[in-house]
Amino acid sequence: MTVFGRRLPGMSSLILWGLLWEVVGRLGVTFFIPPLSEVLVTLFATIGTPAFTKALSETAYAFTMGVTSAIVIGVPVGILMGKNRLLDELLLPWVNIFLSAPLTALVPVLMVLFGFGMKSIIITTTLFAIWIIILNSRAGVMQINRSLIEMAHSFGASPIDAFVKIYFWAALPEILGGVRIGVIRAVKGVIIGQLLISIVGFGALFELYSANFLMSHFWAVLIVLFALAFTISEFLAFLERRVAYYAAKR
Amino acid sequence: MPQTRDAAALHQAHDVDYAVTAHKVSKNYGDVEALKDLSLEFPRGQLTTLLGPSGCGKTTLLKIIAGLLAPNSGEIQVDRKTVTGPGPDRAFVFQDFALLPWASVIRNVAFGLELRGVAKSEREGIAEKYIQDVGLGGFENSFPHELSGGMRQRVGLARALAVDARVLLMDEPFSAVDEQTRRKFQEDLLSLVQHENKTFIFVTHSIEEAVYVSDQIAILLPRPSRVSEIIRPSGFRNRGSENIRRDPEYLDIVDRIWSSLRSYVE
Repeated sequence: MTVFGRRLPGMSSLILWGLLWEVVGRLGVTFFIPPLSEVLVTLFATIGTPAFTKALSETAYAFTMGVTSAIVIGVPVGILMGKNRLLDELLLPWVNIFLSAPLTALVPVLMVLFGFGMKSIIITTTLFAIWIIILNSRAGVMQINRSLIEMAHSFGASPIDAFVKIYFWAALPEILGGVRIGVIRAVKGVIIGQLLISIVGFGALFELYSANFLMSHFWAVLIVLFALAFTISEFLAFLERRVAYYAAKR
Repeated sequence: MPQTRDAAALHQAHDVDYAVTAHKVSKNYGDVEALKDLSLEFPRGQLTTLLGPSGCGKTTLLKIIAGLLAPNSGEIQVDRKTVTGPGPDRAFVFQDFALLPWASVIRNVAFGLELRGVAKSEREGIAEKYIQDVGLGGFENSFPHELSGGMRQRVGLARALAVDARVLLMDEPFSAVDEQTRRKFQEDLLSLVQHENKTFIFVTHSIEEAVYVSDQIAILLPRPSRVSEIIRPSGFRNRGSENIRRDPEYLDIVDRIWSSLRSYVE
């Protein structure tokens, strides 16, 4: 955007919203919104504390494990669905149901099945992320140029070769798009898991701060979480741009 | 008519060496008969064109020879071995080039060898040679989207040559490039047929192109497809590529093919 002929750097609008937040906070409209400056001071004070680092590492662990399994399972399943009509007919209804299902309602079932520990949190995270990854990988495979497949076939590609050297790369732009959305959903999944299953990680901090009306702490953790999710998502968007040169020309 | 050499062809029939033979090949798509009892022989070291109106099954026949499609009945033999699928004795050049958009020119050219498990340094050495041969030296590390249509098809051709198959199958390879590039391609193809000891099977819908490049033209007529005529232009083949288009025999054959095809064009 340009203002008075000057180009503003990206996300300049955040400054405006930050100022508004500060003003509303200083006016003391509600205890729920402390001034932004106070939140930032709290943020830097909390960030090095053992409680915070412990929460961060617990959350990061559950998040990484959950997202990794969503990718490792979701991408091949999506590719196979795109390739195989029978598998597609069998699985597609379930994928669509789970994509739109209120997964939070499933969490108690997971607790019964997998216990109250880290395992259930990881599975919750996976369940939030995996469906869109499957759907996007499938869509990526379904738009592959037929003659690329014929080409691989005519030069004697084995099924494994075709999978690794053609299908995966041809679908990569869509796969990365799916992973990016999946990761954003996984952030929700990991926090919901931590709030509902066992009170650990950032979930525990949210619980603690909101129960004690420590609003500036609450917002500080939220900002950290947002920044982390934003960074990961931007990194994946960067990877997507790396393959954009062929995405439009397949 | 001198250009058909019917008598000569009959006389030779016993000692001509055929690289590929199609014997009573039929192919149905549901209720549609695409090919019916089609038999055709392809002499070794020569270029045979499958020519016909659209929908006459020429691409279907080519893909059956490639092993990409299975016939409903009949069989294809390459060097007297029945075709059951794709094999290293045949290489395919695609109408839309079928290049890997995420791979450089050199990897694309070496891709056939890569699938055969040839070591990287060896296959890139071979690919390098064919990239030079098709006139793309210096573009080894370019990507397909950076090349023109004609250059992309040169990559496709180099890839097919790199696997050193004895039979080259070309599915309307020049139809997606501009007219001038196309003429250059046709000239290059003539010298390729002359210098590489390979059998070429070429699909086109351009009559001029067929007469210009072919040793043998099989005219296919549609619904269901069958070979209606085989023409072997012979008189002008050794008079230099620049003289072909004004040779009376060339013009006669073009005219004759058009008069037999015109009733099939809507």
